[in-house]
Amino acid sequence: MSALLLRDLVLSIRAGGGFGLGLAFFLIVTVLVPFGVGPQTDLLARIAPGILWIGALLACLLSLDRILALDWEDGTLDLLATAPLPVESIVTVKALAHWITTGLPLVLAAPVLGVLLSLPLPAYQWVVISLALGTPALSVIGTFGAALTVGLKRGGLLMSLLVLPLYVPTLIFGAEVARRGAEGLTVQTPLLLLAGISFGVIALLPFASAAVLRINLR
Amino acid sequence: MSLWEYANPVKFIRTTDKVLPWIWALAGVSLVVGLIWGFFFTPNDFRQGSTVKIIYIHVPSALMAINAWLMMLVASLIWIVRRHHVSALAARAAAPVGAVMTVIALATGAFWGQPMWGTWWAWDPRLTSFLILFLFYLGYMALWSAIENDDTAADLTSILCLVGSVFAILSRYAVNFWNQGLHQGATLSLDKEENISDVFWFPLLVCIAGFVLLFIALVFLRTQTEIRARRTRALLAREGQA
Repeated sequence: MSALLLRDLVLSIRAGGGFGLGLAFFLIVTVLVPFGVGPQTDLLARIAPGILWIGALLACLLSLDRILALDWEDGTLDLLATAPLPVESIVTVKALAHWITTGLPLVLAAPVLGVLLSLPLPAYQWVVISLALGTPALSVIGTFGAALTVGLKRGGLLMSLLVLPLYVPTLIFGAEVARRGAEGLTVQTPLLLLAGISFGVIALLPFASAAVLRINLR
Repeated sequence: MSLWEYANPVKFIRTTDKVLPWIWALAGVSLVVGLIWGFFFTPNDFRQGSTVKIIYIHVPSALMAINAWLMMLVASLIWIVRRHHVSALAARAAAPVGAVMTVIALATGAFWGQPMWGTWWAWDPRLTSFLILFLFYLGYMALWSAIENDDTAADLTSILCLVGSVFAILSRYAVNFWNQGLHQGATLSLDKEENISDVFWFPLLVCIAGFVLLFIALVFLRTQTEIRARRTRALLAREGQA
């Protein structure tokens, strides 16, 4: 398992276009928003937590097809499936690798981009905490979407259509934590619910992803 | 004689062929009776005026939009557990019907909301979760049509249906938390003291029965079509080989 994780990490760092791309996309989205809504500081400060969350979500979404598609094309996935490793752990490791290469950098970059959006001071910690709690769920749900569409030639658009509705609960609670943090309200309830969704998804969804992947590898 | 006999496509088509005209007729009669009764022979609400009558389309279609997904869920489970093709095809057949019901519910809700709430759309929990349900229907249908192998498509869509159900329920409660809504509570419930007045209640019941029957008829018809289309494809493939 750790060998597979290491392989995925090394591949995504050395093979171009994986590691930094999600981060760059996150930056572009956050920079584009002020162009779209105008540079008024108070407006930006109000919508900043939501923008950061949506930017992170889109950056996650765009990198999903790299989780399984490349391994599918060159046949690695077939070999992995015949290996003694259960398919459930393969998809879990894939999701973990995706989180380390995409989710974690997003969490770390969010405060820096928050400056650009004049995010209010108390919100910084809550944006980071909510993203740190929420992005693993995004990775795991995304792996399910990637496993569903792995055999399709033009699965990218279809995958967005399938995955985005599944992202709704995570997005609602994550953005709610960040928004309440920005306004100085108590964040306990949405934070607990976000954590609940995250852990529930991590615990259960790999089984669905593995089932789907087995069907696709048949 | 068990229910599973209808997993045989021939038997399914033979039986539904016999039943279908009756269901169509009953659906037509109850829809016509219910809608005419509701539209022309019920009083206007003293606050809502004549707009209250949109309830005769809005409530049954919203009810069917949710129940169609439930039916797909059951059919998907049957496909996963017992692998009856008719069941998978019935789930596929129900999806567009359910999607249309969702659109009808959303549209009639907007027409009612415009004069009553002063807005076509509000980010209210019920409205939002219906919109999300519609997105689920779209994704489900898109996945069905994207995959060429029939069995793979049936497997993948049924798992999507299971996972989607969990997330649809989650979203339902998430948006509830996110925004307290404009939409009134349930109009119909069996255990509540204060319910909708009987004058509106009876034609509404007839309309709901009509929508349920219409849904059943459409799903039967579409399932038959799917079975026949698949049979035609199989025949063509055999001809091509010979």
